[in-house]
Formats: sequence, structure tokens, C-alpha cells
Amino acid sequence: MDFSYFFELLINGALTGLMYSLVALGIVLIYKSAGVPNLAQGAMVMISAYVIWMFTSMVGLPVYVSIAVAVVVMFLFGLLAERLLLRKMVGQPIIMIVMLTLGLEIFLRGLGPGFLGAAPKQISLGIDMMPIIVGDVFINREYLIGGAIAVTMIALSLLFFRTRLGTKLRAVSDDHVSSWSVGISVERAIGISWGIAGVSAVAAGALWGSVQGVDWTLSMLLFPAVAVVILGGLDSIYGVLVGGLIVGILGSVIPGYVDPLVGGGTRDVVTSLIILLTIIFRPHGMFGREDIERV
Amino acid sequence: MFYRQSGVHHTRYQTARRLWPLPTDQRIVWLLLALAVAAPFYMSDLYLTSYMLPWLIWSAAALSLTLLMGIAGQLHFGFAAVMAIGAYTSIHLTRAGVPFELALIGAGLMSAVIGCIFGAAALRVKGLYLVMATLAMQYLVDWTIINVPAISGGAQATLSTPSVSLLFVPLRGDTALYYGALLWAVIVTLLVLNIKRTSFGRALVAVRDKDFAAAVIGVNPFKYKLLAFFTSSFLGGVSGAVLAFCYYQAVTPEQFGFNVSIQLVAMVLVGGLGSVIGAFLGAGFVLLVPIILTNVVAYAAVAGWLTVSSNLLAHIPLMVYGGLIIGFILFEPLGLAKIYDNIRKYFLVWPFRHTQS
Repeated sequence: MDFSYFFELLINGALTGLMYSLVALGIVLIYKSAGVPNLAQGAMVMISAYVIWMFTSMVGLPVYVSIAVAVVVMFLFGLLAERLLLRKMVGQPIIMIVMLTLGLEIFLRGLGPGFLGAAPKQISLGIDMMPIIVGDVFINREYLIGGAIAVTMIALSLLFFRTRLGTKLRAVSDDHVSSWSVGISVERAIGISWGIAGVSAVAAGALWGSVQGVDWTLSMLLFPAVAVVILGGLDSIYGVLVGGLIVGILGSVIPGYVDPLVGGGTRDVVTSLIILLTIIFRPHGMFGREDIERV
Repeated sequence: MFYRQSGVHHTRYQTARRLWPLPTDQRIVWLLLALAVAAPFYMSDLYLTSYMLPWLIWSAAALSLTLLMGIAGQLHFGFAAVMAIGAYTSIHLTRAGVPFELALIGAGLMSAVIGCIFGAAALRVKGLYLVMATLAMQYLVDWTIINVPAISGGAQATLSTPSVSLLFVPLRGDTALYYGALLWAVIVTLLVLNIKRTSFGRALVAVRDKDFAAAVIGVNPFKYKLLAFFTSSFLGGVSGAVLAFCYYQAVTPEQFGFNVSIQLVAMVLVGGLGSVIGAFLGAGFVLLVPIILTNVVAYAAVAGWLTVSSNLLAHIPLMVYGGLIIGFILFEPLGLAKIYDNIRKYFLVWPFRHTQS
């Protein structure tokens, strides 16, 4: 067995997985505070990549300035989405909320490419395209930086949940009514969590946009992100890290050996199997909190 | 003379439990049926084959899904995969020389058996996790169909349907295809309408409302969840086969992708969960409104009222469709069926609004 091939798949898979966790982080942040599964996160990543592209090539700002602008835009977008859409859905059955976020996903998928052009676009973050060579192993430099940023973001969100605001959000995620009774504004907390999810979408959008170009396929990142979230547990930030690594590694190593045999496309199969097996054997994921249902 | 309920006094349970107890409703149903049967005589071929026919078949598919999602309460985001299984099974069976009627039943059974595997996830989880599990299975079924040449006939292949006859009438020509689709739509409609008033339907509703509570009163949730998946997948599989034979006349894996699953769920939700008339209205709405709106915008652009790039025009259906889902969920969660019901209730007692309806 060729070990350098294996290590290359392993390392690049792990780094891709960390970049998946960047997308997944937004889903967890919202689920943790609002209990809403945000299936529009893929489209939010796509929209933030479009916003960054718009400010770099149409307005002509430097790329890092436009990322900062995109952070503001997406934070406001998150606040708006909560205010206009999700606030009315309190107490509705889960199917309604799932379909609402899916409807938002479909809408944004038409909005971005419709107004800004469907042809793939480039975002250049100024990262050297040459791979780093360690021994016999080629490591993609963009993935390496992406992985580092993902770890930083996850660490930041862990720290964030220890601040005063983060404590409020944790209280809201535990129980809405009790949070109200101690004077926490639940609506504002949920709105802020949507805003932060928008900010994490900007990080994901910038990195994935520079890796694979900006077009509607960015919203397909939702599927691996959902696998990460299900595997790690819907309300666990550690789970995002570990789940991302596992989904990335399995989604790189298994196709690396199986694809030549069956003719491609195994990555989606691995992702689907991860979702399915997790749900059948441990529905709340590795680190998630188990729901106890009472009649 | 305007009061629709005048003279309707039920003295026996049989009359009170009829499908349409009011004479007005019965007349409307017969009128609609007559219009549908006579459609080939007053509609142009274009309208018949590109609007009426797909609408009827998609309504049948939406009805099968509403049985599962609305009546039994089991969320399913992989229904297009179930239809794909039915379509491919029926094609391979008829190619092997099996009569079309038997092939349809075979397609239904195949979908039902595989659909029960989807249902296995429902025995373990519900709600959001069930959505994710069925979504994953949609991808698995798609991948299997594309990558097993024995099923799809090779990558990127299109399997065209062989010529068949249904009940000794050859399925050739627009009229015959239309009547085939109409027959199936009527069968599914009557079936779902009747399921709602049998003990089976009431058991499903009990499981939907709370499965623990259903178990307490002696309804076995395990059995009824599986039965719901079985019945609904059977109907969905036959609908997929009818769709392949009567409308597409060929199958490719792309016809039954993940987007189609979402579209079916949208039909059910826009129509109203668990409502029979809602499935028809929802299917029509979801199929037609994006087309109509795109045509209106295209017309306005040609006439020079607004400037729209062709790129934007191509994405309008997607935006409208997403906006429709959002709008209905926000403003009318019970769907078009509720709007219809409000209108019907208003006219039921018109002009005597003070009477009990």
C-alpha cells in the first residue's frame, strides 16, 4: 500500500473537513440558540461570496476590505432573516421551519446568480497556489490556511460562549421562557445568533469562493455541512470540529480508493451514509444533547 | 334556493358519512369530472399534453406524499427517489415483456418495499432527523441508479419507454396518454379520500398527533408508520411509472433528483398538509406560477417596459418558487386548501351568514 498517497488524502481530507466545519458552524450557532435548523446556510455562504466578489470587482475595493464589508452586510442579513421570517415561526411544527429555510435557500440561489451573473467568478485572497511539499505529500496551501481559519473561528466561538453575551445565548438555548423571566431579550439573542451565523458564512464564503470559484454550486456545501452537524451533534461546537475532521477524512480517503473502481461520485455516498448511520445508531450525534420527549 | 344546506337532513349514518354529503359538492365533483373527461375535445393538444397531463400526474404524486406527510405525519424529503424506483422498475418490466398493468403493480411493490427501508429510519427518529435521513437516502438511491448500468443503461443514458397498452387500449397519441393519467389521478384521489375515513386513516392520524399517545390507546405506531410508508410509496412508485410512460416517455436519473423531492414537498405544503383538494391546487400552483410569471416578465421585457437580462430571466422561476414557499408558510400555513375552504364556507351559507355552517 502506498502510504504517501494515503497521507495526502488524509491531510487534504482533514483540511477540507475543517473548511466544511466552517459552513457547519453557522448551522450549529443558530440551532444552539434558537432551536431552528438553518438549511439556508449553504445559500448564505454563496451570497457572502457573491457580496465579496461584488465589492472587489464591481466597486474595486481591496479584497480584505470587501470581506469586512461583507461581514457587516451578512450580519445585517442575519438580523433581517430572523426579524422578518423566523420570528413568525415560533411554535410552528418543525416541517414548516425546515421548509421555510429551504425556501430561503432556493430564493437566494435564484437571487445571487440572477442579479450578479451565473458564470463562475474568481475571488483572489492572495494565497500562493504552489502546494507545500512535506516529504512526498502535497498539501494544498489554500486548504491549509482555510483549516487554520476554521480552527480559529471554532475556538473564537467557544470563547464567545463564555462572554456575557454568549452566556445569554446559552441561557436562551436552554429555555426561552425562563430566559424571558430573568430579563433576557430572547428575540434579540436569536437575532444576534443569526447575525453571527452570517459572519461565519462570510469566512466560509471567502475561503470556498477562492478555492472553487463563486457560483451557485457553493450552496451545495450545505450537504456535507449537514453531515458534519448531524455527526457532531446539532448543538455542539466541539462536534463541529470533530465531525468536520471525520467527514472530511472519510470523504477524501474512501473516494480516493473506491472511485477508480466504481467510476466516481462516491463522496456524496460517503456523506449520505454518514448521515444515515449516525441517525440510525446515535440520532443526537457524538456530542449532542439527547432530547427527552415527554407526552 | 341559495342556501346550499337546505333540505339536507341526515337520518342515517350512511348518508352523513358520504364523501360529499351536500348535493352542491356532488354536482361540483361530477362537473369537474365531466370537464376532465371531455378535455381532449375542447383543449388544444399543446394545453392537453404540456399542462393538463403533467398537472394530473404530479397531483397524484403529491396526493401520495400528502398521505404520508399530512395524514401520517412522517416527513419525507426523498419522495422523488421513490418515484424513480417505480419508473425504472416499470420500464425494465415492460421491456422484459410483462404486461403494462402488471408492470405498474410491480413498480408499486418495488417502490413500496424500498420505501419501507426509508421508513425504517422513521421508527427510530422523527421530525428534523427524519428529514435528514430521507434526504440522505435520496442521494443514495440517485447514486445507485446512475452508477449501476443494469438500472440506468449506463451513465448519462436515457431509457425510452416501450409502446404498451393499458386495458387493451394502446397508449399511443395524446388522448390515450391523457386518459391513462386521468384514470390514475382519479384512482389515487378516491383512495386517499377513502383512507381518511377508515380505521386505517384514523390510526395514521393518531400516530401523527402523538405516537406515544397512540400507543397508549392501542394503536401500534411501529405497524402504522411502516404501513403509511408502504402505502404511500406504492402510490408514489406507480405515479412515477405513469409519469415516465404518459408524460416523459423516457427516463433519466435527472428527472427524479433532489430538487424534484423539494418540489413535491412544496406542492404538499402550498396546497395544505393532508388535504386532497390541496394536493391538486398545490401541484397546479407550483407547476404553473413560475412559468406564468416568467412569461409575463419576458413579455414585458419584449414590449420594452422593463429591461431584464436573459440571465435574470432564467433565474426568475427559482426566485418565485422560493418566494412562494416562504410566502405561504408565513401568511397561510394551511395552504390553498384553507383558502378554498374559507370561500366554500362563505358560499355554503350565503346569503344567510347568521346560520350555522
